[in-house]
Amino acid sequence: MRPVRTLREAREAVASGTTVRALTEAALAEARRQQDLNAFLELFDASALEQADRVDASLRTGTAGPLAGLLLSIKDNICYKDHRTGASSRILEGFTSLYSATAVERLLAAGAVIVGRTNCDEFAMGSSNETSAYGPVANPLDPKRVPGGSSGGAAASVAAGIVHAALGSDTGGSIRQPASFTGTVGLKPTYGRVSRYGLIAFASSFDQIGPFGHTVEDVTDVYNAMAGVDPLDSTTSSRPAPPVTLEHTGPLRIAYYRDCVERPGVAPAVREAMTALVERLQRAGHTVEPAELPLPDQQVPTYYIIATAEASSNLARFDGIHYGHRSKAASGVEDTYRLSRSEGFGPEVQRRILLGTFVLSAGYYDAYYAQAQKVRRLIREATLRTLARHDLILLPTCPITAFERGALAADPIAMYLQDIFTVQANLAGTPAISVPLGTDADGMPFGAQLLAAPFGEEVLLRAAAHLPTR
Amino acid sequence: MDRSEAVTGTGAPHWSERYELVVGLEVHAQLRTHSKAYSSDANAYGDHPNTNVSVVSLGHPGTLPVLNRAVVDHAIRLGLATGCTIAERMHFARKNYFYPDLPKGYQITQDSTPICTGGHVMIPVDGGEKRIGITRIHMEEDAGKSIHDVDPFHTLVDLNRAGVPLVEIVSEPDIRSGQEAYDYLVEVRRLVRHLDICDGNMEEGSLRCDANISVRPRGSDRFGTRCEVKNLNSFRNVMRAIEHEAQRQSEVLDAGGTVHMETRTFDAARGVTAGLRSKELAHDYRYFPEPDLAPLRVTPQHLERVRAAMPPLPRELRARYTGQLGLSAYDAGVLTDDKATALYFEAVLASCPNTKAAANWMMGDVRAWCNAQGRAMEDFPLPPARIAELIALIDAGAVSHSTASQRLFPLMLEQPGTPPQELAQRHDLLQQRDDGAVEAAMREAMARYPDKVQAYRQGNKGLLGLFMGEVMKATKGKADPRQANAVVRALLEQDTTS
Repeated sequence: MRPVRTLREAREAVASGTTVRALTEAALAEARRQQDLNAFLELFDASALEQADRVDASLRTGTAGPLAGLLLSIKDNICYKDHRTGASSRILEGFTSLYSATAVERLLAAGAVIVGRTNCDEFAMGSSNETSAYGPVANPLDPKRVPGGSSGGAAASVAAGIVHAALGSDTGGSIRQPASFTGTVGLKPTYGRVSRYGLIAFASSFDQIGPFGHTVEDVTDVYNAMAGVDPLDSTTSSRPAPPVTLEHTGPLRIAYYRDCVERPGVAPAVREAMTALVERLQRAGHTVEPAELPLPDQQVPTYYIIATAEASSNLARFDGIHYGHRSKAASGVEDTYRLSRSEGFGPEVQRRILLGTFVLSAGYYDAYYAQAQKVRRLIREATLRTLARHDLILLPTCPITAFERGALAADPIAMYLQDIFTVQANLAGTPAISVPLGTDADGMPFGAQLLAAPFGEEVLLRAAAHLPTR
Repeated sequence: MDRSEAVTGTGAPHWSERYELVVGLEVHAQLRTHSKAYSSDANAYGDHPNTNVSVVSLGHPGTLPVLNRAVVDHAIRLGLATGCTIAERMHFARKNYFYPDLPKGYQITQDSTPICTGGHVMIPVDGGEKRIGITRIHMEEDAGKSIHDVDPFHTLVDLNRAGVPLVEIVSEPDIRSGQEAYDYLVEVRRLVRHLDICDGNMEEGSLRCDANISVRPRGSDRFGTRCEVKNLNSFRNVMRAIEHEAQRQSEVLDAGGTVHMETRTFDAARGVTAGLRSKELAHDYRYFPEPDLAPLRVTPQHLERVRAAMPPLPRELRARYTGQLGLSAYDAGVLTDDKATALYFEAVLASCPNTKAAANWMMGDVRAWCNAQGRAMEDFPLPPARIAELIALIDAGAVSHSTASQRLFPLMLEQPGTPPQELAQRHDLLQQRDDGAVEAAMREAMARYPDKVQAYRQGNKGLLGLFMGEVMKATKGKADPRQANAVVRALLEQDTTS
C-alpha cells in the first residue's frame, strides 16, 4: 500500500480496518523508495513497528491516544531514548541518547509512531540543509533544489508523503522557511509553550520545537499533544495550554507588512499572491491594515549576534572528553579539545562558534552582545505593540522560493538574509506559522506567514486553517 | 607570637613596620541540600565516583538546568545573617571555560546580579570588634573533581561534585593581617554551620578560600597591586600564605621592583606562594545571562518567611546574654560557640525563668558531661525541658543543689524520659521542709556532743560544720541545707543567751 498523507486519512484507514503496523510498514518502505532525497539519517524500523503494535493494541482496547495512526519523523537534534541523535554533526557520531525529549515522550504517549530521524543543517545552523555532515537533502518537488533549512529533512519527509507530520526546530525560521520551500505547513510555537528539554540547543533563547504537516489540522493535533509546562524546562510557561480547536474566527484585525512585500528581492509571484491574499481577506470581512517590519535592517544582525553568542557556549560541551567524537591524533587535553572540535564541527558551525565567541569577548561584549540585546528588546516591544492593536501580523515567509543547491553556499551573508522575514517571531518570542500560499512560474511553492501575540496559538491556528489562500 | 622572629628569622626589621597588608577573601561554601543546584542528583560527599550523576549533570546534549529553590533560601539566610541586601530580581550567568571536570563547558553562576550585597561580619580584635565588609554573596555550581594521583598515565574525573551548589562570599579588602583572615574564616564557618547551610569542613573542601593580597607603604591611602592566592585548604594555610605573600611583595618593593597582578598557588609543604604560568591565566570567561533559567524573583513575602524560620544568630544571642541576662562575655561566648549548645540553651530558657541557673547548669554539669564523654552537644541525652524542670525543683526548695548535681542529674541521664520530680520521689531525694525534724536531729546532736556545743559557744564557730553534718546525716540528706543551717545556728546561738 501507499502511505496516506494526513492523520485524518490515517484515522479513516484505521477505522476501515487498516492496522497502524501496516501504515508504518508502508511509510518505512516509502522512505526507502525515496532514499535519494537523503531526508532520513536513520529509519527506526524496530521501535517504530513495536510502537505501531502498541497503538494497534490500544485501538482494540479503546485506550488509544489522540494521535493513534500518526506517523512522525523527528529532526536529528531531538533526543529519543536509546536511539542515535547527532544534530547531523560528526562530533556526535555514534552518540546514543540516554533519554527522550519531553516532546517525544508526550507524542509517544499520545500514540504517535516515530518512523526515523531526519537530516538537518549541522546543529540547525543553516537555511538550505547543505551544512549537514551527512550530505544535503533534496527538495521532493525538485531534487536540484534545496528543501530549506535547517529542518530540511523534516520538511522533505512530509512533502514527500512519507510521514504525516515531522518535528523540527525553529531558531530563526528553521521550520517556517523549509515549510515555505516544500509546500507544507510549519508552526513555530510561542517561546516557552513547548518544552526544549531534549532539543540539542543551538540558541537557547530562540529555539522552539514545532511540527510540520500537510494541513493546519494535523499540525494543530501534534502541537496540542506537546504544548504545556514542563518541570524539566524552566523556560516553559505555566499558563494552561488547552487544546486548540479550529473553529472559524470572527472578523480579525490583521497588520500587513506591505514593505516586506514591496521591497526589492521579493519574488514577483510572492508579491502578487500576497496582494491577492490581502484582497481576499478584506472581502472576507477582515480588517487588513498596513504596518511595517520593525527595524528591518537590524533584525538579522541582532539575531545572528545573540544566536551565535548562545551557540558558542551551548556547543562548548562537545569537547571530545565525555562523549561523541574524540580525535585519534590528540594527546593531552588542549590537543583533544582543538583537534576533536576542528575535526568534528563543519565550517558553518565553526564560523558561528567563532562569531559568538568574538561578540562575547571582553572589549567587544558591549558593542555587540549587549547592544544586540537592547535592539532585541526594541523589536520585541514594537512587535507586541502591533499585536496589541491587531490579532495577527501577515507577511511572506520568505522573499523567494527554493533555490538550487550551491546557489548561496559561497555567500554566508546572502544565506543569513534568508531569515529576514522569520527572525522577528524568534526575537519577539511569538508564535508563527507558514501555510502554503502559491507557486511560482517553475511550480515551486511559497508560504504566507502569520504571527500572533505570545500564547496566541488559538487565533493563529484558526486563522491559518481558514486562510483564503485561493 | 613575635612575628619578626617567626616569619623572617633574621635580625632585619619586619616588613610590617614599613608596609600595611591589605587582604580580601573569596570563600566558597558548598551548600547542604538534598539535591544538586540544577538537577535532581543527590548532593553527597564520599560516594563512589560518578554515581551521583544524571544526563543533566553530565551535560548531555539537550538537557536543561532547573534551579533548586533550597539553594536560593540558603543564600538568603547567609545574606540576612551578614546584614546584606537581598536582591529582589536577579538572573544567572554562564562563565565559559574548558576543563575536563566541567562537562557543559560553562559554570552557571551569577555575575552582575548577585543575590546578596553589602553586608559584614564582625571579628574579635584586642578585646573589641572589627567590621569586615561583605561585598557580595552569589550562587553558583561546583565543578567535578579531576584526580591526578591515582592513575599514573591518566587524569580521572569524578563528576559527583559537578553541579553541587555553592555560595561564593566575597569580602571587602578590610583584612589587615593573617590573624584577621583566620578570625574572619572562623566567623564565616561559625555562621554557615549555625545556619545549617554548609558543614564548614575545609579539609573536605566544603569550605574553600582564595585570598587577594596586596601591601602598601604605611600611611598610603592607595591600594597596592594585588595577587590572588588559590589552593588554600586549611585555616592555618590561609594565615601562612598571607604572611608569606606579604613578605614576598614587601621584598619586591624594597628591591625597587613592582608587584604584578597574577594568580599564585600556595605550596603548603614549603610554605611559599608560586606564580602560575601566565598561559593558564589568560581567561576571558565571556559571562552572559544564562538563557536556560528564567530570571529569579525573591518576593518580600518569601524573604519574610525565610527570615522568620531562621535560628537566632550567635551575635544576637551573645548580645542578649551579656546584656539582658547579665552573663559574662566568656559565658556568652561559650554558650554560643556551637549551634547545638546555643539552641539547647535557648530551649532551656524558654521554660526557665532562672536564667543564671540555666547558664550555670549549661556551663557546669552539662558541659562536664560532654567533656567527660567526649561527645558533642547533639548527643546530650536530656531534652532541654528536663533541665528547666530540674532548676524549678531546686528553686522550689524541693531538692538541694548538691543533691541535684550529685545524685538526681546522674539518674536523669540514665532515664531521660522520666521527669526529675518523679525520679527524686522514687529515690527519696526530696528535701524535708519540716523544721521540726531538723530541730529534733539538732537537739539530739547537741545532746550527744555537749563539749562541742561548749566549744562553739566559746568561739570555735568552725564546729558549725560538724553539727550540719550530723543533721544532714540524721535526715538522710533531705534537709534543705539553707534551712538546716539557720536552725542549727539558731539553736547554738540561742542557748548562749539563756
